[in-house]
Amino acid sequence: MSLSPSPETKLTAERIGMVFKRDGNSTNVLRDINLTVGRGEFLCVLGPSGCGKSTLLNTMAGFLSPTSGEIRIDGEAVRGPDPRRIFVFQERGVFPWLTVEGNIGFGLFKLSRAEREQRIAHYVQLVGLEGFQKAYPAELSGGMKQRLEVARALAVNPDMLFLDEPFGALDSITRLTMRRELLRIWEAEKNTIIFVTHDIDEAVQLADRVAVMSDRPATIQQIVEIDIAHPRDIGSARYLELRHGIFDQLGLAHKV
Amino acid sequence: MNSLVEPRKWEKFFWPVLACVLFLALWHYLVIWSATKVFPSPLAVEKGIAELARKSLLWRYIGDSLRRVALGYGAAVVLGIPVGLTLGWYPAANQVVNPVFQMLRPISPIAWIPVSIILFGVGDTTAVFLIFLCAFFPIVVACVDGVSGVPAMYRQAGRNFGLSPVQLLSKVVFPAALPQIIIGLRIALGIAWLVVVAAEMIAVDSGLGYLVIDARNSGKRYDLVVAAMLMIGIIGLALDLLFRRLRNIRSVRWGFRHGT
Ligand SMILES: Nc1ncnc2c1ncn2[C@@H]1O[C@H](COP(=O)(O)OP(=O)(O)O)[C@@H](O)[C@H]1O
Ligand SMILES: [Mg+2]
Repeated sequence: MSLSPSPETKLTAERIGMVFKRDGNSTNVLRDINLTVGRGEFLCVLGPSGCGKSTLLNTMAGFLSPTSGEIRIDGEAVRGPDPRRIFVFQERGVFPWLTVEGNIGFGLFKLSRAEREQRIAHYVQLVGLEGFQKAYPAELSGGMKQRLEVARALAVNPDMLFLDEPFGALDSITRLTMRRELLRIWEAEKNTIIFVTHDIDEAVQLADRVAVMSDRPATIQQIVEIDIAHPRDIGSARYLELRHGIFDQLGLAHKV
Repeated sequence: MNSLVEPRKWEKFFWPVLACVLFLALWHYLVIWSATKVFPSPLAVEKGIAELARKSLLWRYIGDSLRRVALGYGAAVVLGIPVGLTLGWYPAANQVVNPVFQMLRPISPIAWIPVSIILFGVGDTTAVFLIFLCAFFPIVVACVDGVSGVPAMYRQAGRNFGLSPVQLLSKVVFPAALPQIIIGLRIALGIAWLVVVAAEMIAVDSGLGYLVIDARNSGKRYDLVVAAMLMIGIIGLALDLLFRRLRNIRSVRWGFRHGT
């Protein structure tokens, strides 16, 4: 292992293992996970529910320490959460006691008032919440709340985003719109994104690479490169081929 | 427009007023019908209130009761909220004091009267202390529950944005627990208003509670007893209505989705 990773490398996970101990019995959730994520890459982590995707994402974001192994970001071992890397939950993560503006400005307490207001205005516009600056989350739709949470994360200029099934609670039409929006934002902001999902189509539509996880104790079975330029034609032969490949990888049948 | 569920504006006032009128009428006729010599009719009570107002006792007694509640309840809020937030924040500390709290809590404030008279003598301080005691515990418990009920996700998001522990408490945990705390404050105020009347019956010689006992002891003036009871009820209701308005503040309204 070289001590100075290539400047193209954003994150490395080395031999990550995670064992949860509770009431005497232990659950082996992650086993020997090795992963390298490039700077500015969009990586999807795909796997069945309960396999340990959230656990892996939480170790990367610094909310959990792995039982074994080490995560490094920009060559530095991760010791805890950091405002340079923001974790986005499902839309329930927005603060219901703050307005849209208050939520977006939440992480900007170190900036001057003028700078803060300018940032808020910029991100309100980027996620299309103009006219709702003074609204509270309870007055917004699910999709708007999700955009608000993404805006709150982006406002602090993070160089990484961790998204844990962010669109899982949305209806299928809103979900499609949100994917398009996320890609647009990613192209504008150039962050490194690690996106957890259990939806194969979502992964193939969004990612540069898809890390397919096995059942518990989870390892990374395969990394699939999605070599289709955006905007992606989800009827194209290559798309279907990649999608089928992942279906097979997960051991799923092609017929319902 | 003509929703069956949403009452129209005039209906909001009409039905309560009608219920009050019916109640007074029922009371009036029951007094006549039973030919009681003791229980006063609504008109007698109204005269009693007018008499109290003329002797300028009414406002003085109401003022005294409200002042005692303000002091005792105010102290309970000022001490109870920080104590409750701290205990909620450090579950270990809560486990230490919780057994003591749980044991003290079911002791009626009335049972504290002899002890507080020994401590503070007969007078205002005793009444204020009793109100403080009865309001303190519900406020602390509401804060502890509120803080421990804050979703882990909110704290996690706060930490992610680089908040210090103090900022996390003031910017995330407190606002997230506030609806719960407001419920506790409202319950505590209701109890405080019950207790001030009891305390005034024993420990002091002014206030609405004193009026109840004094009117009975000096000349069996039941018109004044019921007048005092009526004032206690109306003021209690007014305090509660005032408190309910807090729920309309926009930054806490999210916590009160259901119910009245
Ligand atoms: N804090 C914890 N303590 C014990 N077990 C846990 C904990 N967190 C997660 N698990 C277990 O780890 C497994 C993986 O959970 P998770 O990472 O949330 O899966 P996924 O996000 O892929 O659905 C589950 O079986 C879950 O019960
Ligand atoms: Mg999960």
